[in-house]
Amino acid sequence: MSEGKPMTAIEGATVKLAPPPVALVGVSKRFGATQALADVSLDLLPGEIHGLVGENGAGKSTVVKVLAGIHQPDAGTIVLDGKPVLIHGPAHARSLGIATVHQEPRLFPDLTVAENVFMGHAPTGRFGSVNWREMRRSAHVFFDSLSVSLDPTAVVRGLSMADQQLIEIAKALSIDARVLILDEPTASLSAHEVDRLFAIVRQTRDRGVAVLFVSHRLEEVFQLCGRATVLRDGRHVVTAPTSELTAADLVRYMVGRSVSLFPRSASKIGDVLLDVKGLTRVGAFRDITFSVRAGEIVGLAGLVGAGRTEVARVLFGIDRADAGEVLLEGKRVRFKTPSEALRAGVAYVPEDRHLDGLVAGFSIAENVSLPIIPRLFPHLFIRGSRERNLAAGYTERLRIRSTGVGELIEALSGGNQQKVVIAKWLATEPRVLILDEPTRGVDIGAKVEVHRIISDLAASGLGIVLISSELPEVLAMSDRIMVLHEGRITAEIPRAEASEERVMFAATGQNAEETHSGA
Amino acid sequence: MTEDPRPTGGPDALQPSAEVSIAAGGHSVSAMSRVGRSLLAAARMETFLIVLLAFVVWWGVKLSPYFLTWSNFGFSIQAVIEISIMSLAMTPIIITGEIDLSVESMVGLSSCVLGWLWASGVPLEVCIPIVLAVGVLGGLFNGFFVVRWGLPSLVVTLATYALFRGLGHVVLGSTVVTDFPASFTNFGFGYVPGTNVPWTLFVFLFLAVVTVAIVHGTWIGRQVFAVGKNKEAARYSGVRVGALKMALFAVSGLVAALAGILLTSRTSAATPDAGLNFTLAVVTIVVLGGVDINGGKGTVPGVILAVLILGTLKSALTEAGISTDYQNVAIGLLLIISVVTPQLARLVRELVDRTRLGRRRPAHDPAPGEVVR
Repeated sequence: MSEGKPMTAIEGATVKLAPPPVALVGVSKRFGATQALADVSLDLLPGEIHGLVGENGAGKSTVVKVLAGIHQPDAGTIVLDGKPVLIHGPAHARSLGIATVHQEPRLFPDLTVAENVFMGHAPTGRFGSVNWREMRRSAHVFFDSLSVSLDPTAVVRGLSMADQQLIEIAKALSIDARVLILDEPTASLSAHEVDRLFAIVRQTRDRGVAVLFVSHRLEEVFQLCGRATVLRDGRHVVTAPTSELTAADLVRYMVGRSVSLFPRSASKIGDVLLDVKGLTRVGAFRDITFSVRAGEIVGLAGLVGAGRTEVARVLFGIDRADAGEVLLEGKRVRFKTPSEALRAGVAYVPEDRHLDGLVAGFSIAENVSLPIIPRLFPHLFIRGSRERNLAAGYTERLRIRSTGVGELIEALSGGNQQKVVIAKWLATEPRVLILDEPTRGVDIGAKVEVHRIISDLAASGLGIVLISSELPEVLAMSDRIMVLHEGRITAEIPRAEASEERVMFAATGQNAEETHSGA
Repeated sequence: MTEDPRPTGGPDALQPSAEVSIAAGGHSVSAMSRVGRSLLAAARMETFLIVLLAFVVWWGVKLSPYFLTWSNFGFSIQAVIEISIMSLAMTPIIITGEIDLSVESMVGLSSCVLGWLWASGVPLEVCIPIVLAVGVLGGLFNGFFVVRWGLPSLVVTLATYALFRGLGHVVLGSTVVTDFPASFTNFGFGYVPGTNVPWTLFVFLFLAVVTVAIVHGTWIGRQVFAVGKNKEAARYSGVRVGALKMALFAVSGLVAALAGILLTSRTSAATPDAGLNFTLAVVTIVVLGGVDINGGKGTVPGVILAVLILGTLKSALTEAGISTDYQNVAIGLLLIISVVTPQLARLVRELVDRTRLGRRRPAHDPAPGEVVR
């Protein structure tokens, strides 16, 4: 394992003064059939912000989790100040000076800001009791030094996502971290909040902390980072100063070839299939109105937590609406269970295929037939040949690569698994298909294929609702885009007028005046 | 045994014939590997069980020259008939990831209801359907709290474990009803005339065939496995998880009530203590039979083998003059062994995999920093 090279510098760009505070050398990590990381090397220098980019599933989160002590590498070493270390767990990582801010803040909602910041290392008075006054004072000093106005005595519950993230950072810095890892910190922040975060991250860098900044927003990487590393399919592709890179370079490294756009053939738009009127679920979304016609793809865009999946869950009968109505081909429906929705012709490809989409331990055929198996075999007894032929038809049509329909689902790649999920719902012969993040965690080749399939389905007359966090995907695939922000529709944009900027503005709630104008 | 071994089927109505012919080449291979793989997996567990069975029989023969006779065989089966049929009903429940601990108390309750009705002058042909209905109601009661309230079945059925037994005491008091007619008790310990085959063996065989067919042959069984492997995915796929579990608990209650009737018939006595400690034996059989206590995996034939093992073991222990109390010690140990063994096997396999992975890794991976593609 010890190749002797502690790091990889591209074209000798780095002058080595001191050993980097932390470096990964040839780290590999496997989860079941998935090689999450293969021989990845990465070094973080003091006073530098290092960007880590890659597509979904490239291995960014695994790198973060290895450094944070959540996962231990199968092979390779973590080098701390020139010495190899084994990080046993998150607490051990913190004691080594490695602080991690995860994508979703993990705070105690019922404790105060100060208590959260000093959790586990509160200043103590005599007899080991907590010195509350000292705790509040140091929290104050701390926030002042970051020029942030946060009340240390406020309870965390109810604070905005951005504030909670700042508390996480304060918590990290309060332990005198020498390494700060930020995992997609901007995913749910508004532009203004992002600016504030960046200012603080720069201050942290200027104190000599080594920062690892994980993001899939390339412009942020160029704004903030001195160097950037690209991962693809769990492998290290390149590390270079951002001054020597262009956005196009990064994209090429990320996808491994120049991106071809998704094929979207025009389809004939027919009658209204799905009509949603004033749909409301308290605490999730309010007054959602839109319609989907036969042959039409309606995109639901918005940030994580905007309420898109929640709408889909109500349409599929998993959750119940509090107000509003849903019409399916003109008839009012109110599904109480997914099985009712399926019988009425609504199918939902869920966001998390491992949790909700597939049954691990079942073969491809068994997964594909599951939703329709009572209909397929009305006399109770399963005929294996019939089941396999059904599945084989779909694996052929969707070009699912496998050794056969008897192959276990977990033996397939992410992209092929996703196609099996789609096959499974197509087998129910739906009229309306809701796809929730259909290309999450699949490689670029499979992505294009999934887009081709979606496009073909629309052309065959299905009404499709496409939920996606990837703007280029929504823009390229949708005939119309509904943008959600905090549970409300903030814009309805027809295909011809759609641009990334416009969608993003609406998704961050920055142009509330541009309300939607009914379908 | 879970798979249909037929490699190819006839023409299919659902798919255009062109697609079928394209697929045929691929899926005959897959069917082979599928069957091969599941046979291998089944073979491992079931071979282990057969070896264990052979060992118990060998031990029994060493204890007594009469161990391997037909009359002893009949006796052995009869002695475990109640827990045998209850194991069959428990199997799909554990596969879905639930458990029913209340079954032994349902045996007691049904015995009491039967005795009380009979003592009150109700004819047997009326008593028996009522007792079976009580079993179904008890099962639905369990199912209601598990399905509608989302409570863990471990807790719910532990509560009804106490409740059903207590109700039995309320119904019958401290009396024991013993004056059942010979026609009824003959069924419990009688044999088919001229043979050593007990009547109750047919009850077990019938229920065993039905259970194998439903669990491994029908879509209901497929849904049972789907729920056990991934409950959420099953729900998203339109499986009515609640209704399925409700039905399984009802069947479990029904079979426990039937077991109560058989036990009352066999012992000619209706008592609130009927069926004490049966749950331990039932869960042991199911887990020993290779059903994963966490749900999702298992076969009914494995459970049937485990029934035979427990039956012969109990018989051998009795032969050796070991009392019922000490027999429970043996069963408890067997339960622990049968739960630990697969875990241990998994641990060893993982260890082997990891050392193998560690050795292989350097040869495969490119140097750090290499730009791939």
